[in-house]
Amino acid sequence: MIRFEEVTKVYRGTARPALNGVSLEILSGEFVFLVGASGSGKSTFLRLVLKEEKPTSGSIHVLGQDLGAISSRKVPYFRRNLGVVFQDFRLLPNKTVFANVAFTLQVIGKSKGFIHEAVPDALRTVGLEGKEGRFPHELSGGEQQRVAIARALVNKPAIMLADEPTGNLDPATSAGIMTLLERINANGTTVIMATHDAGIVDRLQRRVIEVIGGRIVRDERGGGYQTQANPVLSQAGLSQAGPSQAGAPR
Amino acid sequence: MRLGLVLSEVGQGLRRNLSMVVSVVLVTFISLTFVGAAMLLQMQITEMKSYWFDRAQVAVYLCTEFATIGGCEQQAATPEQIAQVEAQLESATLAPFIDTYYFETQEEAYANFQDQFAGTAAAELVSPEFLPPAFWVDLVDVDQSQILVDALGGLAGVESIEDERAYLDGVFDVLNASSITAVGIAALMLVAAVLLIATTIRLSAFSRRRELGIMRLVGASNRFIQTPFILEGVVAALIGSALAGVAIIAIVEFFVQGYLTEALPLTSLVGLDEALLVAPVLLVAGALLAAVSANVAITRYLRV
Repeated sequence: MIRFEEVTKVYRGTARPALNGVSLEILSGEFVFLVGASGSGKSTFLRLVLKEEKPTSGSIHVLGQDLGAISSRKVPYFRRNLGVVFQDFRLLPNKTVFANVAFTLQVIGKSKGFIHEAVPDALRTVGLEGKEGRFPHELSGGEQQRVAIARALVNKPAIMLADEPTGNLDPATSAGIMTLLERINANGTTVIMATHDAGIVDRLQRRVIEVIGGRIVRDERGGGYQTQANPVLSQAGLSQAGPSQAGAPR
Repeated sequence: MRLGLVLSEVGQGLRRNLSMVVSVVLVTFISLTFVGAAMLLQMQITEMKSYWFDRAQVAVYLCTEFATIGGCEQQAATPEQIAQVEAQLESATLAPFIDTYYFETQEEAYANFQDQFAGTAAAELVSPEFLPPAFWVDLVDVDQSQILVDALGGLAGVESIEDERAYLDGVFDVLNASSITAVGIAALMLVAAVLLIATTIRLSAFSRRRELGIMRLVGASNRFIQTPFILEGVVAALIGSALAGVAIIAIVEFFVQGYLTEALPLTSLVGLDEALLVAPVLLVAGALLAAVSANVAITRYLRV
């Protein structure tokens, strides 16, 4: 589904790589937490999957396609298979809930009939039926994030990327969002979520990939948030990286 | 559906950026008016050339009672002298260079003069005896007028030999210079127009960066993202070039046909036909210019 082979990304004008020799594979239907301090390379990872950035070296395969081989003209069509959610929601403030979700489908040229079926469907999935006519500023943070998730979902993507989707939300609201993401995952969508929320990661017990300084220091199924705050443990994580991980694909 | 969406985006962009759009309209208007003026001047030159080059180029002026230069001593050319000049024109040495020629008497010259300068002070001052009789000669090769000067210059009764094209060359020089000036100004203004269109489009893209970001994220095709911006530039430029077209037609209608035809009665001037030819060219040029510069601007913006 997603395969990184020795991927290194160095942003122009910086000496230290944002990602350094990362190899990993994420399978279809997995739920993966990407944890690590700010600036550790989580967002770079997501941007690489989206082909918003090109790796400096190494190769990336997503959905069976070699991202290095996709021409820039084809990138939009590739992205239609991915749904993305951000910490800051990124809704259009002058559009209603319905219009925000419908916008996704309009700009990729879907018919009116399709939009009028798919949008209410997506809003029902995220639990926002009855709020189609509201504007983003009339909604709570949790509801706004649900709109963003509905927008990411409406085109039935195979992969959902979430960059700290609960970062701006209180714990109770976050729990609601996580329930929603779990349900989306249960329906077969691969979910990759970058997060700082230890509570969530510990509770869900899913695959955890920990990144420090652009390297994967831990890739563990059913893992918790742990280590990275503790320098000694992160050292240990480095030395153990390979063998201790049950079933981590290499 | 998609077309409606694109057009509503264009409308939004134009409204949101109104002051920039107005400046694009004005700059394209002025620059294309200069382009149109340059085109009209070139057409005028072509028109005059074809008009004058159909006519006699060299005048062999004969003596009048008042002439003191050349072979004249205040003696009008006698019929014998006139016949001698004509014989020269018919002779084996000159005939091969001459296409046609005709003789213009003083009365005919006076009639022509009255025609050309009707209503001016000159027309009232002049009487037939001041105007020299002349042979008007059409040469096979218009550049060989020197041959006539050499052959007829010394003859008795010949006042002077003048290549009328020498005067015309001056006129053409002036017209050419104005045309080049117009092209120069047009080129500068077009550079300004192109840069302004590019800036406007970038501003427009910047004010819609949220939408653009989401469009790119959800996989709107590049063409779908770019089209509204390109159309925005094209619409603004089309308004400007339409105004330029109207201006060109107005200049021809009111200035050239309304004023210049009376001021320069002996010149054939460009008319509405030419103006109607220039206007669509300006429209196409304006649209192309905007499309290309908007395309470059938005592509640069999207690549970041």
